[in-house]
Amino acid sequence: MARRLLGVAGELLVTLGALLLLFVVWQLWWTDVVANRQAAQVVERLREDFADDTGSTAAGGDGVAPVGLPSGAFALLHVPRFGDGWVRPVLDGTDREVLASGVGHYDGTAGPGEVGNFAVAGHRTTWGRPFHDIDRLRAGDRVLVETADHVYVYAVTGHEVVPPTEVDVVAAVPGDPGAAPERAVLTMTSCHPRYSAAERYVVHAELLDTLDPADLDPALSAATEG
Amino acid sequence: MYAALWRALPGPTWAKALQAAVLLAVVVAVCFRWVFPVLEPLMPFADVTVGP
Repeated sequence: MARRLLGVAGELLVTLGALLLLFVVWQLWWTDVVANRQAAQVVERLREDFADDTGSTAAGGDGVAPVGLPSGAFALLHVPRFGDGWVRPVLDGTDREVLASGVGHYDGTAGPGEVGNFAVAGHRTTWGRPFHDIDRLRAGDRVLVETADHVYVYAVTGHEVVPPTEVDVVAAVPGDPGAAPERAVLTMTSCHPRYSAAERYVVHAELLDTLDPADLDPALSAATEG
Repeated sequence: MYAALWRALPGPTWAKALQAAVLLAVVVAVCFRWVFPVLEPLMPFADVTVGP
């Protein structure tokens, strides 16, 4: 009897170990599969939206059933440093569901190109890991934000590693929460180090130029070569 | 435990193996679709935002 119980206990432990391994597989592989598929769909819908020139969001009533797609996508983020043709959608809010489809825009921060801080967050690992290479950004690198009407070109000014509670980095004037903003800046946050959430990796950029959507491709190739 | 399950499955060995594979696939699918997404927020791996 005791031996049988021991046998069952052993099998349960082996099962638990297998389930833990399975969780790792899910976290490191499957979430990427799901999130990349989601992001690609949102990007496609946004492009259609922009092409329609309605200026509406992905939630706009263009007749395409938004099944399973989060609403609130309003911009496309291009970061040439992350690779040729790298693009992710930017969505309202920084909930888990939002971040599983792209890059999240912090509620209450400025919009693209606006004076103030256009602050976004993205995963460093898992869930499509849009900001996996955030530590490869260097001062002067271009970050382009494409909306229905404009392309905003930001240039990276620097980065910092901060504790997760350091909300001042997404203030209208980063690092100075009380100040009234005079410049348009962009802030990207992600976790740091990779596979941990102990700290946050924060990249700051500032608005350099505002272009017509037609000038996006030349600007992207210029940024890639530069 | 698993030996008892194996004995409980009907049919010849190949049928038992097939059923076991299907059961395993169901367990994996349930974990991927429902169990792991619920567990994930409890894990400190992927918080990317700053907040108080």
